[in-house]
Amino acid sequence: MTTVLNVDAVNRSFGERQVLKDVSFTVDSGRLTGFVGANGAGKTTTMRIVLGVLAADSGAVTWHGAAITRADRQRFGYMPEERGLYPKMTVAEQIVYLGRLHGIAAADARRRTTALLDRLELTERANDPVEKLSLGNQQRAQIAAALVHDPELLVLDEPFSGLDPIAIETVLAVLRERARAGTAVLFSSHQLELVERLCDDLVIIADGTIRAAGSRSRLRDQYTLPRFRIEVDSDAGWLRDEPGVTLVELDGRRAVVDLDPGADEQPLLRAALTRGPVRAFAPVRPSLAEIFREVIQ
Amino acid sequence: MTTFEAAKLVAGREIRVKLRDKTFLFSTVLLLFFTALGVVLPVLINGGPDKVAVVGATHVAALERAGLEVVTVPDTAAAERLVRDEEVTAAVVDGPKVLALEEEPGNVVAALSTSPPVEFLNPDALDEAARFLVPFALATLFFFTTISFGVQIAQSVTEEKQTRIVEILVASIPVRALLIGKVAAMTVLAFGQLALIAVVGLVGMRVADVGGPVIDAILPAIGWFLPFFVIGFLMLAALWAGVGALAARQEDLGSTTAPLQLLVMTPFFLVLAFQSNPAAMTVLSYVPFSAPVAMPVRLFTGEAATWEPFVSLALLLLTSALTLLAGARIYQGSLLRTNGRTSFATAWRNPTPVG
Repeated sequence: MTTVLNVDAVNRSFGERQVLKDVSFTVDSGRLTGFVGANGAGKTTTMRIVLGVLAADSGAVTWHGAAITRADRQRFGYMPEERGLYPKMTVAEQIVYLGRLHGIAAADARRRTTALLDRLELTERANDPVEKLSLGNQQRAQIAAALVHDPELLVLDEPFSGLDPIAIETVLAVLRERARAGTAVLFSSHQLELVERLCDDLVIIADGTIRAAGSRSRLRDQYTLPRFRIEVDSDAGWLRDEPGVTLVELDGRRAVVDLDPGADEQPLLRAALTRGPVRAFAPVRPSLAEIFREVIQ
Repeated sequence: MTTFEAAKLVAGREIRVKLRDKTFLFSTVLLLFFTALGVVLPVLINGGPDKVAVVGATHVAALERAGLEVVTVPDTAAAERLVRDEEVTAAVVDGPKVLALEEEPGNVVAALSTSPPVEFLNPDALDEAARFLVPFALATLFFFTTISFGVQIAQSVTEEKQTRIVEILVASIPVRALLIGKVAAMTVLAFGQLALIAVVGLVGMRVADVGGPVIDAILPAIGWFLPFFVIGFLMLAALWAGVGALAARQEDLGSTTAPLQLLVMTPFFLVLAFQSNPAAMTVLSYVPFSAPVAMPVRLFTGEAATWEPFVSLALLLLTSALTLLAGARIYQGSLLRTNGRTSFATAWRNPTPVG
C-alpha cells in the first residue's frame, strides 16, 4: 500500500471562473479513495485532469513520482460522469475494442471480457447492442469497459448513480476485489452512506479547494467533537445547569452534550454517577455526512 | 501502443461497423444496381439488332455484314405484311427496293449502297455524347462520393461526441490517432465503393457492347483521375471530421457542415457549367477544390499539356496539407466541448484541450 497517484497544487480555470484552487491529494494502491463534494465543487474537472482529458493551468499530477506518460495512461481505467458507449455495437464487441485500445492483445481482450461480463452478471446480454440494454445494464457494461484492461488506477465518476440496489452490491464487491488485488481506486459519489461503507480514504472538495483528505478513521477522529451520549435512570434535565457542559439534545433519561473544548469527560461521568446509575456514556462519532457538512462550511 | 497501432484499431472498428450498417449496405447495392441499369438500359430499350425481311438470297450477305437480322420471305406480299405488322423494321424486295413504314431505314440503305470513303483529319476526336457524359460522370462520382462519405465522417465524429464515449477514447489514445483512423477508414470505404461501381460499369459496358471507344478514351485519363480523386478526398476529409466535432448532436450537423457542403457543391456546378469553355476549365483545373475533376476532364478531352497535371497535383497536395492541419486543429479544439455547438472561432483558438 503505497502512494501511487499524487495530485499536487493543481489549478484550473474556465474563462474567468477558477474551478480548482491548489488541489492536492494522494491516492494509494490497494485502497478505495472516496472523492466527495457538492455539484460543481470540481470533482469531475479533477478527474479529467488526472486522466489527461483536460489540461491543468498549473500544478502537476504524478504517477509513481513521475510525470504521467501515454503508456501510464493506458494502464488507467476511466468511467466518465457522462456515460457513453457505442449504441449500435454489441456489449462484448465494444468492451473487447476498448480493451484493445488500452493495448491488450485481441485474444486476451476477449477472454477478459467474457470473465468480466460473467462477474457483472451481464453474460446474457453480451451479444446485444448497447442501446437495447436497460439503463442499469448499460451502467454495468460501462463499468466493464473501465475494468477490461485490469487497470492499475481506476477513476470512476459517480459509479453508483443509476444503479439499482442489487447492482450496487455487485459493483461494490467488484471494486473491493480490485482494490485487494492492488488497484488504486478513486471514485466520486453523492451517496455519502455508500462512500462511508466502501472507502478506505477520503478526499473532500468544496468550491475547488480540498477541505479534508486522509484515511477515513483518521478523519473521523479529527472531526470527532467532544460530544457524549449519556443515559441515566431518572430525568437528565440537571445537565442543563452543569458547568462546562452544553446540552445538545434532551429526551427524558437520555441526553447528548458537548463539553467545553479541551475538557475531560470523566468529571461529568462522576457527577452523573453521584445522581444514580449510568446506563450509557459514550463519545458520539460523527457520520461522514456530518463531517462533510462541517468541512464544507 | 503507437499512434499508428491505435489508428489501425480505430479504422478497423469503423470499417467493421460500416460493413454491418444496413443503410450503408443498402445504398451501396442501390448504387451498383443503378450503375448496371444505366449501362444495360439503352440496349434493352433498343431491343437488339433490327430485323429485315428479304426476298431472294441476293442481299442477305451484305445485310448480315451490317449487323442486321435477316428473315427470308418467299415474295413481296409476305415481306410487305411483315413490315405492316411491325415484325420487321424494313424489307428488301426485288429491284432492289426497300420497304418501310414511315422512317427511312438508314442502316438498311447504307448496307446496300456504296459510300465514298471518308478520311478523318482529327481521328482522336470524341463524339459529342462522350464529351458531355464523361465529365458529367466523373464530376458526379467525385462530388457524390466526397459529400456522402464526408457527411459519414462528420456523423461518426458526432456520434462519439454525442454518446460521450469520446472521453474514454481520448483518455486511452491520442486524439490524432482517432482522427487518422477515422479518415483512413472512410477513405478505404469510399474507394472500395467506387471501385465496385467502376467494375460494374465497365464490365457492364463490355458485356452490353456499348461505349467501346469511350472506355478506350477514359482509361488513360483514369490513371490521372485516381491520384486527383484520392488527394481531393483527403483534402476535405479532416475538415469533415472538424465540422463533425463542432456539432454536439446529430441535429447540429446540418448547420456545421453547411460551409463544407457549399465548398463541394460550388465546384461541381462550375465544372458542369463551364465544361465546354476551355479558358474557364483551365482555371478550374488549378483551383484545388475543382481540380480533382477539372484536370482529369481536360486530360480526357486532350486540352491539357503533359506538365499541367503535375503542377495542379502539387497545388492540390499543398492545399491538402493545410486543410488536414486546419481540420485536425478544429477537431482537437472542439472534440471535448460537449455542452452545445462549438463555434469555429472557439475551436480554432483552443486547439489543445488535452494535456
